[in-house]
Amino acid sequence: MRSILDLTSSRANGVRMSGAVLLAMVACLCACSRSQGNEPIKIGVIGEESSVAGASLTKAALLAAEDINANGGVNGRRVQVITYDNHSSAAEGVRAFQRAVSEDKVVAVVGSYLSEVALAIEPWSARTRVPFITPGASSNDIPKRVHDDYEHNKYTFQGTTMSEHIAQSICDFSHDVLVKQFRLRKAVVMSEDAAWTTPLDARYLECLPKAGLEVLDHIRFNPDTTDFTPIFNQIERQHPDVIITGISHVGVQPTVQWHDQQVPIPLAGQSSQATNGTFWKDTNGAAEGVITRNTGAPGVALTPKTIAFVNAYIQRYGLPPAYCGYTSYDMVHVIAEAIKRAGSTDPDKLVDALEKTDYVGTSGREQFYGRDEPFTHALKYGPGLVTGVHLQWQNGKQVAIWPADKANAKVEFPAFVKFPKQASTK
Amino acid sequence: MVGLQILIDGFAISALYALGAVGFTLIFGVSGVLNLAHGGIMVVAALIGWFTAGELGAGTYGGSLLGILAGLVCAYATYLLVVRPIQRSRAIPHEESEIFVLTGTLLWGIMIQTALAYKFTDNPVTMRPLFSGVVNIAGVRTPRNEIMIAVVCWLVIGLLWLLVNRTRAGKTLLAASMNPRGLTLLGFELSRVHLLVWSIYGLLAGLAGVLLASFLGVGPNNTGQLTASAFSIVVVGGMGSVSGSLLAAYLVGYLETMTAYLVAPTLRPIPALLLLVLVVYVRPQGLLGRR
Repeated sequence: MRSILDLTSSRANGVRMSGAVLLAMVACLCACSRSQGNEPIKIGVIGEESSVAGASLTKAALLAAEDINANGGVNGRRVQVITYDNHSSAAEGVRAFQRAVSEDKVVAVVGSYLSEVALAIEPWSARTRVPFITPGASSNDIPKRVHDDYEHNKYTFQGTTMSEHIAQSICDFSHDVLVKQFRLRKAVVMSEDAAWTTPLDARYLECLPKAGLEVLDHIRFNPDTTDFTPIFNQIERQHPDVIITGISHVGVQPTVQWHDQQVPIPLAGQSSQATNGTFWKDTNGAAEGVITRNTGAPGVALTPKTIAFVNAYIQRYGLPPAYCGYTSYDMVHVIAEAIKRAGSTDPDKLVDALEKTDYVGTSGREQFYGRDEPFTHALKYGPGLVTGVHLQWQNGKQVAIWPADKANAKVEFPAFVKFPKQASTK
Repeated sequence: MVGLQILIDGFAISALYALGAVGFTLIFGVSGVLNLAHGGIMVVAALIGWFTAGELGAGTYGGSLLGILAGLVCAYATYLLVVRPIQRSRAIPHEESEIFVLTGTLLWGIMIQTALAYKFTDNPVTMRPLFSGVVNIAGVRTPRNEIMIAVVCWLVIGLLWLLVNRTRAGKTLLAASMNPRGLTLLGFELSRVHLLVWSIYGLLAGLAGVLLASFLGVGPNNTGQLTASAFSIVVVGGMGSVSGSLLAAYLVGYLETMTAYLVAPTLRPIPALLLLVLVVYVRPQGLLGRR
């Protein structure tokens, strides 16, 4: 398979031949871009089919396309979602992106919940000038690169809450619940060593003390870790009141081992796998008491669209959407809305329209930061926009515990978790 | 306190490594097969065990038994679909058949891993512990399940020793590992011996997979790591030597545990690999190897 990109490289094999082919392809491209008519608008969606979160991404996108088409499409044209599987590999993600652009001729790509993959695709989005929105990768670097080299990287958007804001949300929660309600004072930060946790941890270390929690230690472990006993041991020896996590590649194993070993310290923070509806079954109930931040929680109407979407997803696929299902669904709509406003699928016009996005989706009111702001094209965070909720697993269900206006349950911990005012030995 | 913690934690992990490695070395010693689908068989057992226990409602005991059975079936599939056809093929010269078997089992292992990931996603799964709760051993809080796992591993290894050294079938296995040709001259059916050893291997690998799921949790992404782990333990201990594998399993298990506790959890796999390099350099036949 030769792509346009191969042809533009400066190899001198048969210059005349490649020149002729190049001319033919350019002619074809011009012809193709002119013939819009009733051809469907193709949107590429790159997910990780073997992972719970990544599979949710593609399923939700397909649902979004159906909803758009049921409501008349975009200016009379159907939306067609073409899905790809990147097998959780950055190299395959890039290949999928190249295929989507050059072979399948998509006008935009929604892709990946892994920051490593999204960061690898970002330069290709710039080179091919095809808008790329990640509905799940939260690394700060994604929008930062847009800000630092706007003219090239402006085609990339981040459709999910940035790591830094995730951390801030967790600090705010810690202040309201852990410090004020449970009077906890000391914390240990435990994160996997991955691209998305670098800015997360940096913000944790900065805002947790301001929230009232002294950070005793900061542990970054290899995402391939399978035995967490030494890590929990190391943490316990320092006697913190809470473990603030930043985990996504792992989740089942540390949670189960935390439960089996009855580590007397509660888990809070971000545990992406704990946001999945299947987490209770995956851990055989060890998830009891685990707290995590999420885009949404069952039964919580973040917007008038949230619950309808969740029900439709469950009815269609038999299980609730993962966190990037909400955002993937929203981002396909955001692209469709932008195409409507721009009146065309031309990349630069599309980018302009995307920048003006003000869309109420399933996870909140979605807008992107602008060129002058430090994290250009990141999702705006703040009251009235996309705030997320904190949830806790209780008796097989996810309940919302924060913020107060969205909470539908009180925080409860399993019996083996001990708190400073109740502990008898130290 | 940390010392006792290391002692206990290391013991359980080493016992689990030993169970897996013993099967691996048995297959090599008797059948001459380096089964690189070893991790795959363990993970199949773990996932089927989890699936039947939870989704199909068989409960922990039922699920564990079904998981071990699944490991057995997978071992048979490996032997009958991959290993035996290559060994019997006339197109492959006899000296090269081992390499082909190695490659065949490697690819088979990858196929298993990918199929499992598509059916079950790559999320690790855990089996509900047979005994829940913790026990306090001189100040070290140990899950009861961990103790049970160590006990079961050693029971099974003991049973295996009895089988190999005290029963007729077992002695046939031993003989086959020393001199297969001599064995056929005495009138024994080699194909039956192979079937027996693969049956034992399937049960061992299946049990190891189910226990691992109950202790730490396991998923399709661990397949390669489990095979590599068993492989390096068997090389250090001596290919084909069961007692060598036991010794090496404990050596590697404790090295890893000490590194995780005393140095850094991230550096856990490194000392075992350094030991492997050292052994291959200084004593290539392994600590207790015969050839």
